[in-house]
Amino acid sequence: MLETPNDDYIKQLANGNTEFEQKLVAIVKREFPLEKAEFSENYSLNKYGAAAENVHKLKNKIGMLGLEKGYTLAIDFENDLKEEKTILYPEFMLLLNQMEDFILNL
Amino acid sequence: MNCISIDDEETARVILEQLCEQIDGLNLVESFPNAMQAIKFLNKNDVDLVFLDIHMPDFTGFDFIETLKNPPKIILTTSDKNFALEAFEYDCIVDYVLKPITQSRFNKSVEKAKSITKPSNSKAVITSVKESENTVSETDLYVNIDRRLIKINLTSISVIEAKGDYILIKTDSKNYTVHSTLKKIQEKLPDHLFLKVHRSYIINTKKIIDIEDNSVLIAKDVIPVSRSNRSELMKRLNLL
Repeated sequence: MLETPNDDYIKQLANGNTEFEQKLVAIVKREFPLEKAEFSENYSLNKYGAAAENVHKLKNKIGMLGLEKGYTLAIDFENDLKEEKTILYPEFMLLLNQMEDFILNL
Repeated sequence: MNCISIDDEETARVILEQLCEQIDGLNLVESFPNAMQAIKFLNKNDVDLVFLDIHMPDFTGFDFIETLKNPPKIILTTSDKNFALEAFEYDCIVDYVLKPITQSRFNKSVEKAKSITKPSNSKAVITSVKESENTVSETDLYVNIDRRLIKINLTSISVIEAKGDYILIKTDSKNYTVHSTLKKIQEKLPDHLFLKVHRSYIINTKKIIDIEDNSVLIAKDVIPVSRSNRSELMKRLNLL
């Protein structure tokens, strides 16, 4: 069963500072689709080394949304990609899509 | 305590700004999206502390540290646990914090940095003298790209850059990405022409346009020079 993303970390970090919270959310909304698209492009071109770097970069946002199992999945997938193994791709895409939906509604 | 942050991810930089704001006496002077901008800044300004990401395109956090003559205290901020051992080989690294960073973990890290006196030098460098081998070709190098062996004239190579499991060979006319390591290709290059100036870069010394304090200009590329490799580079030059 998939975990549910949450904004607990963002709220804790903001500590009631709504201006900061909105700024951070806006950046995540802008950055995440670009990072996801870059990953998808590299993966579709079989550039697994570059795709592994993209997964690495996405780990911060996965962690920010409280997705502990997702974070572990990203670590495993990043390591797999460095060895050109792709078995975790479908599960990782599910995670990204779930994050995308959540971020859109933040 | 003046500090800077270096991270290619904007989200991470903004989070660090917020974390810093919560600590009295901690002044985040600048945030940089890459190490080269930070190096330029540090050439003209002193800071007490650097929050440094390890994984950055082109120039890693460790590359950055190797480039500094007298690095300030550094807290690594990363999503990767695997570099912890390497990190603590550097005297200047005072802590290693995993992202996403919480305020409480950040506070502890800054307290730790405050309690440590400034290191006098960075990683201890063991210098070895490479024996010259005359088994390498003086003219050409063949590289395997997409199952084809491509001939590259050695004198046309300007820079070779490490990029993860690959190397990028830059020549006068074209760039080649090859699955190899700097160590492997260095064994195939004539010593009198090529020099490893940094953990991620080998340069053709004949292609140098100018040299600044800790970087060289080759074609349009500014290449960092590690402190430990600078003296060897200077020996190669015909200085007036």
